[in-house]
Amino acid sequence: MSTMPLLRIVPPVVRAARRPQRMLERQMMCYRNTWPILLSGFFEPLFYLLSIRVGIGKLVGDVTVGNHVLTYAEFVAPAMMASSAMNGAVYDSTMNVFHKLKYARTYDAVLATPMGIGDVALGEIGWALVRGLLYATAFLMTMAVLGLTSSWWVLISLPVCVLIGFAFAAVGMASTTYMRAWTDFEFVPTVTMPLFLFSATFYPVSSYGSWAWVVQLSPLYHGVALIRAANAGTASWGIVGHVVFLLTMAFAGLWVVSRRLQFLLLK
Amino acid sequence: MSANPTHRTSGAPGIREPLIHAEGLVKKFGAFTAVDGIDFDVQPGEAFGFLGPNGAGKSSTMRMIGCTSPISGGTLRLFGLDPATHGREIRKRLGVVPQLDSLDSELTVEENLIIYGRYFDLSRAEARRRAGELLEFVQLSDRAKSRVEPLSGGMKRRVTIARSLINQPDLLLLDEPTTGLDPQARHILWDRLYRLKQQGVTLVLTTHYMDEAEQLCDRLVVMDAGRIAAEGSPRRLIEQHATREVLELRFPAGANAENEHFAIGLGERHELLPDRVLVYVNDGDQALASVIAAGAKPESALVRRSTLEDVFLHLTGRTLVE
Ligand SMILES: Nc1ncnc2c1ncn2[C@@H]1O[C@H](COP(=O)(O)OP(=O)(O)OP(=O)(O)O)[C@@H](O)[C@H]1O
Ligand SMILES: [Mg+2]
Repeated sequence: MSTMPLLRIVPPVVRAARRPQRMLERQMMCYRNTWPILLSGFFEPLFYLLSIRVGIGKLVGDVTVGNHVLTYAEFVAPAMMASSAMNGAVYDSTMNVFHKLKYARTYDAVLATPMGIGDVALGEIGWALVRGLLYATAFLMTMAVLGLTSSWWVLISLPVCVLIGFAFAAVGMASTTYMRAWTDFEFVPTVTMPLFLFSATFYPVSSYGSWAWVVQLSPLYHGVALIRAANAGTASWGIVGHVVFLLTMAFAGLWVVSRRLQFLLLK
Repeated sequence: MSANPTHRTSGAPGIREPLIHAEGLVKKFGAFTAVDGIDFDVQPGEAFGFLGPNGAGKSSTMRMIGCTSPISGGTLRLFGLDPATHGREIRKRLGVVPQLDSLDSELTVEENLIIYGRYFDLSRAEARRRAGELLEFVQLSDRAKSRVEPLSGGMKRRVTIARSLINQPDLLLLDEPTTGLDPQARHILWDRLYRLKQQGVTLVLTTHYMDEAEQLCDRLVVMDAGRIAAEGSPRRLIEQHATREVLELRFPAGANAENEHFAIGLGERHELLPDRVLVYVNDGDQALASVIAAGAKPESALVRRSTLEDVFLHLTGRTLVE
């Protein structure tokens, strides 16, 4: 069977995946015992939004983007949503995966069955997406309750969060395959923290002046821009660029994950 | 031992296709050769063992058979299929008990079995039903809802065996199933494995316990440094490579070497170990009498039957468990 050219951006072992949903099933079984942990993910964005709405928003005043005037909370909320999608994906694809890869031998056990590397890679990244979608939904409902949403287009931010999650989970998991010990994970916040602070999250990209191009290298910036556009209900050609950026990152991560898992687990 | 594969696959009547066929099988890790060209066949219904000391290449071989480690050279076929191209189909029919337990510590005992069944595409109901039956089989029904962590080593091993049976495998691979267990736990496990064998499950196991090999294996290969040193049933191996009885002489510490001369010419051959001298003879009591008559003063003397340990010592010059 000849492969459709478009499918070639998917690594072969991932194309061969037949049962990635079983890894999701496993995760759900795990959380059946420890579901309260999941709730913590709902509270984090709520606290963020409240603090901005009640506190900072009052001090800062309105923000003008293009010809839109937004309250500060309206401006920051989409950025919080994108950051929360990033953080969730990074969390799920680093420490959690490392434990299963190095200590619990979970994947070794999985690979002794008809499951393959592609099932593991897709399943684990997929879990980050499912969980990210759950949190994004909670976040969006919170935004709506606080009056921070401006149109029905904002629903598009849900798939956008999945895309952000995909990109960061794939790259997060890829990095994890290079980690040798727990201490290596101290590098993770040194990457995510600057992304969180400098992705046009707290002030518009125009305020970075001649440094704006650096901001545009941040994957989170592209996620933030997409969710802002969704919330404002404005479409532009720039959207395509943002989506392509995140997709490229996701598939690059997926390639590395596939190669590395094969190298580490099928010796 | 290695039949020409073209004859084998031609489907000639009367020739049973082996479940596993390995020819010149090699495993390399970088420049290091862990498995150095081994040949063996395993027939359906057989219990086949790899006996060998640490680092012999047993696990490397098992992982190649389990289709989770690509071969570096030679030929390997399972059920007539090539692991490189049909890994998924082969693994569907395998049960694997790895050397190191890989139970899912985030799940309960029962959930471990159920999710494993799901990896094999069993329906949830069927996976649950089989999990219940298998926990009964390994006598752990009362721990079904327990987490894995608090279980003892022997219990974890039994859960792992139960898990490996969830897909009703045709071939069960056991890598050192009882290493590190106390004698009672080992006997429980042996009993369960024996029952599986009676049900017609083909067993392939590795061990460095000769009693385990003698108890469970119809046929075994002695492995050392990546090669097969000998092959046969435990009984035949002993007949071929050892005498009927062994006289063990223990002299005072450090004096074994200087007393070695008493053993010379006494039986077929002898081995000098750091703590004792072994004399291979057909009649141990008679040999002991002549040693004493010659003036030897061992601290203790023991006549026993030859075991696979003696076979191993003879073939490799080393003891199995160091
Ligand atoms: N992933 C690996 N990378 C490098 N070398 C390896 C790897 N796995 C095994 N080896 C080496 O290959 C040799 C055979 O190892 P193997 O685990 O197959 O032995 P074994 O017979 O199972 O020993 P044991 O009784 O200790 O389990 C050893 O020298 C080991 O160090
Ligand atoms: Mg081993």
